[in-house]
Amino acid sequence: MDLSFTEVQTMLVDSIEKFIANEYSFERRQQYAASDAGFSNEVWATFVELGWTAVPFSEDDGGFDGGPAELMVMMQQFGRGLVVEPYLANVVLAGGVLRRAASSSQKTKWLQLLISGELQAALAVTEPQSRYDLANIETTAMKDGDGWVINGRKGVVLNGGNAGLLIIPARTSGSNTDRDGITLFAVGGMADGVSRNSYPTVDGQQAAEISLRDVRVESNAMIGEIDKAYAVLDAVVDEATLAVCAEAVGIMQTLTDKTVEYSKNREQFGVPIGSFQALQHRMVDMLTACEQSYSLLLWASMANADKTEDAKRAISAIKYQVGTAGKKVGQEAVQLHGGMGVSWDVDIAHYFKRLTTIGQMFGNADWHLDKLVD
Amino acid sequence: MNITFSKEEIAFRDEVRAFFRDEMPEGIADKRRLGVPLEREDYVNFQKALYRKGWAGYNWPVEYGGTGWSTVQKYVFGVEMAEADAPGIITFGLGMVGPVIYTFGNEEQKQRFLPDILESNVWWCQGYSEPGSGSDLASLKTRAELAGDHYIVNGTKTWTTLGQWADWIFCLVRTSTNVARRQEGISFLLIDMKTPGVTVTPIIMIEGNHEINEVHFENVKVPVENLVGEEGKGWTYGKVLLQHERTGTARVAVTNFRLGNLRQQASRSVRGAEPLTNDRNFMRKLAAVEVELKALEFTELRTLAAVASGKAPGPESSILKLKGTELQQAVDELYVEAAGYYALPYVPSQYTLDFPESDRVGEGSETQSSLTYFNFRKASIYGGSNEIQKNIVAKHVLGL
Repeated sequence: MDLSFTEVQTMLVDSIEKFIANEYSFERRQQYAASDAGFSNEVWATFVELGWTAVPFSEDDGGFDGGPAELMVMMQQFGRGLVVEPYLANVVLAGGVLRRAASSSQKTKWLQLLISGELQAALAVTEPQSRYDLANIETTAMKDGDGWVINGRKGVVLNGGNAGLLIIPARTSGSNTDRDGITLFAVGGMADGVSRNSYPTVDGQQAAEISLRDVRVESNAMIGEIDKAYAVLDAVVDEATLAVCAEAVGIMQTLTDKTVEYSKNREQFGVPIGSFQALQHRMVDMLTACEQSYSLLLWASMANADKTEDAKRAISAIKYQVGTAGKKVGQEAVQLHGGMGVSWDVDIAHYFKRLTTIGQMFGNADWHLDKLVD
Repeated sequence: MNITFSKEEIAFRDEVRAFFRDEMPEGIADKRRLGVPLEREDYVNFQKALYRKGWAGYNWPVEYGGTGWSTVQKYVFGVEMAEADAPGIITFGLGMVGPVIYTFGNEEQKQRFLPDILESNVWWCQGYSEPGSGSDLASLKTRAELAGDHYIVNGTKTWTTLGQWADWIFCLVRTSTNVARRQEGISFLLIDMKTPGVTVTPIIMIEGNHEINEVHFENVKVPVENLVGEEGKGWTYGKVLLQHERTGTARVAVTNFRLGNLRQQASRSVRGAEPLTNDRNFMRKLAAVEVELKALEFTELRTLAAVASGKAPGPESSILKLKGTELQQAVDELYVEAAGYYALPYVPSQYTLDFPESDRVGEGSETQSSLTYFNFRKASIYGGSNEIQKNIVAKHVLGL
């Protein structure tokens, strides 16, 4: 056992830290979030140039063979910088499917473009009625000659409006909520029958409602095995869960740092508010929550890197922790900043909002606590 | 002791219920149902309807045009207003400056200001907090210097709710710095927002709405007759008013109404999903909040009864504010949980009267759940932060 970072991991942390310090101020982040695409193409090009979009992919696929630990250290830094660029949607979700299930010709077609930043992609994990159940899929794909015809609706698809490539899980057999009978299809964002209602999300990112009406795809649009996509989806969403948890831990640490700093400078009653014991104890609780969360995050990423028996359990543990402790830290950071904490122009508000949406994604605290009980 | 309403009380309840059902001004009910934000004129129209009914001064004594209602009547009125999903009364005029003027103002001020407050002809806002004076309100620095028959006011007030709609602002200003305690030398001043030197700049809140403002005063001339009560005694008047504000911020009836709505929503299938009533974790949390809210309802009733027997709301009102905001925020969180992924979309533009409901993202006002949750983090900050409330209870109730 070794809890220290490898050279590569240290390098990744340093390079992202440097990028955020030098090129990704909160003001710029706000401009990117407010733009039409909701992120900066220039920044995305920098991600590509620095190799970050290639990290989790195998060397054969043109990547760096990074695993859960590398993903963790990166996402934690993205959290600290409150990065809006769609790394999760492209690299972790869509890329995660392609990496695990795509054929070599599909990889050549899409994965290379995704890594090089020429293709934006999205994985439609949820449907309007599905809540957190990945098997709750009503969208259907019917065999039609050589190809397939897809009908259905997908909800809150991250990066769905920007994506040239949509990965659509559809039901090819079985009934709604069956794990068997789900198949993945690649659908062009502009394909006939696809209509997208794209919108920003409350955390400054982008998502879309997508409806598919008689969307025809060729047989080579199928990704992976017929009827057997649940395992792929489950693995990809586990990894995405770990990714947003790492991001959340970065955010929690930043909120705690900033709150402590603020309490040392903000004076009321002639003294810094940080001198009040009632507030000191609350900041100690915030710090404790951060440390506990980071510890679980380390466990979860190492357990998943080594594929230990409790790897899946560790994911539910960290997501539960982030859902509960993250909410607490976010609310306390806002409260201790007073009116400043509920002002749009102050970064605290936006860190808090992102923590909130992370809590709502891929299963909330209750959902994962139930998994731990089962 | 008796929990059952008398015949007269039931008749009164029915009258209030009928009023909110039949006499709500045009358009307001639709906006509320569709989650469309209300405009200034909606609030004014609503309050004018109350005025026509003789109920605008629901909290005021009869001699100033109020209802002179009993505790039970005020309680019933509050409950029915919430259950009708009425806009609520903007507190700054009717709830705050009105009572200060009829309690501490002179005859001329009463005649000049009270009728327009009752009739909602004038929109008031509150000038208390300053950029450097939040929880420590007594450190406020806005200066009012006497120059003949007027004061010259300089300084900045902040977090001024709906200041962009206001005609007048009531302010705590410093008229003397040569004092033993900082609470002395503060005066209560009424200022016409149209006076040269007054400027209002918006502050956008966490969820993206313009609701609060900074108000700047640069050599603003305010006639001395706009001073309420004695110069230097403003802190005392302001404190009375803050206690009223704290009682009001318990919002028990509104939270109760929202909780009831959430329970209904949970029993339905939203967007084809399984009803949340099948989710025991969620329903247990909902039930726990209901228990606490019932307790607070009776704590509020006890406070109202104490006020009715002639006592001003005391430091106990801090408990109402504390618990009331906690429960309100707990309900906000449950709405977000219920929305699942549909707490994410930021789609304020779809909340207009003519937006086709079928084109909406999420069902009903689902996507507003997170915006409400974010916005109402303010509840434990405004009106004296909950930390300050705890200090008040510790000091004045527990004697610590």
